[in-house]
Amino acid sequence: MTQVLEKQRESSIVVEKKGLTTNYAIAQAVKDVDVDVIAAYPITPQTTIIEKLAEYVANGELDAEFIPVESEHSALSAAVGASAAGARVFTATSAQGLELMHEILHIASGLRLPIVMAVPGRALSAPISIHGDYQDLMNIRDTGWIIYIASTAQEAYDTIIEAFRVAEDPRVQLPVIVSYDGFLMSHTTEPVELYDPKVVREFTPRRLNTRPILNPEKPTTIGALATPDWYYEIKYQAINALKLSRSVINEVDSEFNEKFSRSYKPVEGFMIDDADYVLVTYGGAATWNALEAAKEARDRGLKAGVLRIRLFRPFPADDLTKALSNAKAIAVVDRAVAPGSPIEGPVFKDVYIALHMAGIDKPMLSVIHGLSQRTMYIRDFYELYYRLKDIAKVGKSPQESLFMGLR
Amino acid sequence: MGMAKQIKVGIRTIWDVPKEEYFGPGQLTCAGCGPSLAVRLMLKVAGPNTIIANATGCIEVTSTQYPYTAWAVPYIHVAFENAAAVASGIEAALKALNRKGIANTKAKVIALAGDGGTYDIGIQALSGMLERGHGVLYVLYDNEAYMNTGIQRSGGTPRFAWTTTSPVGSKIRGKVQSKKDIMSIVIAHRIPYAATASIAYPIDFMNKVKKALDALDEGPAFLHVFAPCPPGWRIDESKTVEIARLAVDTGVFPLYEWDHGKFRLNPPSNAHIDKSKRKPLINYIKPQGRFAHMKEDEIKAMEAEVDNYWDYLIRLLKAFG
Repeated sequence: MTQVLEKQRESSIVVEKKGLTTNYAIAQAVKDVDVDVIAAYPITPQTTIIEKLAEYVANGELDAEFIPVESEHSALSAAVGASAAGARVFTATSAQGLELMHEILHIASGLRLPIVMAVPGRALSAPISIHGDYQDLMNIRDTGWIIYIASTAQEAYDTIIEAFRVAEDPRVQLPVIVSYDGFLMSHTTEPVELYDPKVVREFTPRRLNTRPILNPEKPTTIGALATPDWYYEIKYQAINALKLSRSVINEVDSEFNEKFSRSYKPVEGFMIDDADYVLVTYGGAATWNALEAAKEARDRGLKAGVLRIRLFRPFPADDLTKALSNAKAIAVVDRAVAPGSPIEGPVFKDVYIALHMAGIDKPMLSVIHGLSQRTMYIRDFYELYYRLKDIAKVGKSPQESLFMGLR
Repeated sequence: MGMAKQIKVGIRTIWDVPKEEYFGPGQLTCAGCGPSLAVRLMLKVAGPNTIIANATGCIEVTSTQYPYTAWAVPYIHVAFENAAAVASGIEAALKALNRKGIANTKAKVIALAGDGGTYDIGIQALSGMLERGHGVLYVLYDNEAYMNTGIQRSGGTPRFAWTTTSPVGSKIRGKVQSKKDIMSIVIAHRIPYAATASIAYPIDFMNKVKKALDALDEGPAFLHVFAPCPPGWRIDESKTVEIARLAVDTGVFPLYEWDHGKFRLNPPSNAHIDKSKRKPLINYIKPQGRFAHMKEDEIKAMEAEVDNYWDYLIRLLKAFG
């Protein structure tokens, strides 16, 4: 659902159109913004990003320190140290690696460090699985990071560039995750337009002296102990910064559009304006499976639409409610589970709350699918439109999540 | 053997010690705190062009209580187990920023952690940092237990010592296991410089800080600093230095260094190859409440352990002296 706008793009900005996996597109973007330090540990399906970055550094294409750490915990810890010392820092991980980082995720946002991390989503053990879903990402949603979920390799490339701008903005100063489908995207080759690195660097200028760093000329203590007298206020600043980052995220995207003629909204609708039945989802499934199903449903006379959540944190509740206000019934397709919750779809809960907070009460269906990359057929999404039609007729939300594709 | 190769002296007497303080008053350590003395002396040598990456622990909680700080140098605390990883990141950042002309700094990076943060939860990050060869000085202040959480045993706690998680009961009497040999683990990484030091021998300690910092262009350096804890060891707060000195003088904590592949005992430990030159072990055990339960046979067992360690050191000296 990338909106390639009609505006004439300066022909010199796109230097190459290349077939890239999303992982390679991420590595390319990291090179183009010119990072200083990469600290990373291999884990499937993230590994090919850091292999490519190690190659760039080894070949002198990227002037950075590559720290091949001994664990993901140390990957993010080294990233925190490097960022606190003033460097532009990137890391990447998946699944167990993201879980091992968990402690430091909270610290990176609490210390307001503009680290950017790529997370191709993957199922969590046990049983151990290397395949894609979004359980890892859902488990870390409350760690105070800005979280994008990309749906194409081009979007992933573009989002890394936007992410550095947003993270380093003095009004934000928060770490950013760019997530996408493990394997289905991380290892799938798509055409990607690459920009002139000079222009990318102009778009992501160095912001020196905008935050306290570890500098002997101006000694500062980072990571001080906060007693109950202070903890709440300091934490609230980070929480508020995440909330307020919405406007910067939009502003950066507008500027990105000006420069590169591409724009991504926090939620992106497809055939949404007059849709009665809407599938809300995220990642590649939104752009491919759901969209194909919607087209087929439309061919058969059903007013079907898709809403893709691109910005997951801070959650764009206002844009989402606006986009869904005309729907008759809504399904949220999650590729992760919140076991034991009143209803098991983690993003379903966000969508449900957002709508109800806005006073909108519609029949809604929570769908779990695609765990450990269980195949999500287009016909499954197609079937959901007909379920929504029935649910709209009854006028009530099913009380349980639908576990689709479960044998 | 050891006497022939004296360390290069930077500070000869106490009068040579820099007057500047970089670990200020206002920190909240207990009276008689050994680790705070170690940090103060360390920073006198390291000076203002130093960046500290501190693990969670006594020094961290007592020196950075917001909105105050005891640190006159740049300082970061991230978590318990990752001081070495954080320091790795800082060192890499300075390298990259200097090379790219974004910064121009000659700052030295020091990772600082206690025994819990080093022997136990932080050993993976420490090993990673040493293996990758970051130019970081790692300073272990060893007060031989988790004192910050209220005296729990660590891999650095000596055998027989009472702690709240190695209590003296009717069936188990104090810590069952021996103190981990952290220096051998560190030396196995073949780093340029590693040494033991004690707050009771401040000139030796400070010269080792200088030597370690000078080695950072070649790779990592490690200092294992013995630093008693009065509340944890059940000693009077006026006895911190005295007990630390006895640890060295009885041979419990020998002073030595691993300097570019050479092993060297430092004074006064170099004389302690001859057991008769060591003070009786009981002098060290007796004043400490944590050893108060020890019976004759247990003291004998501890003595045998000290002797065994000395046999090992003497073999090291023969091989690498």
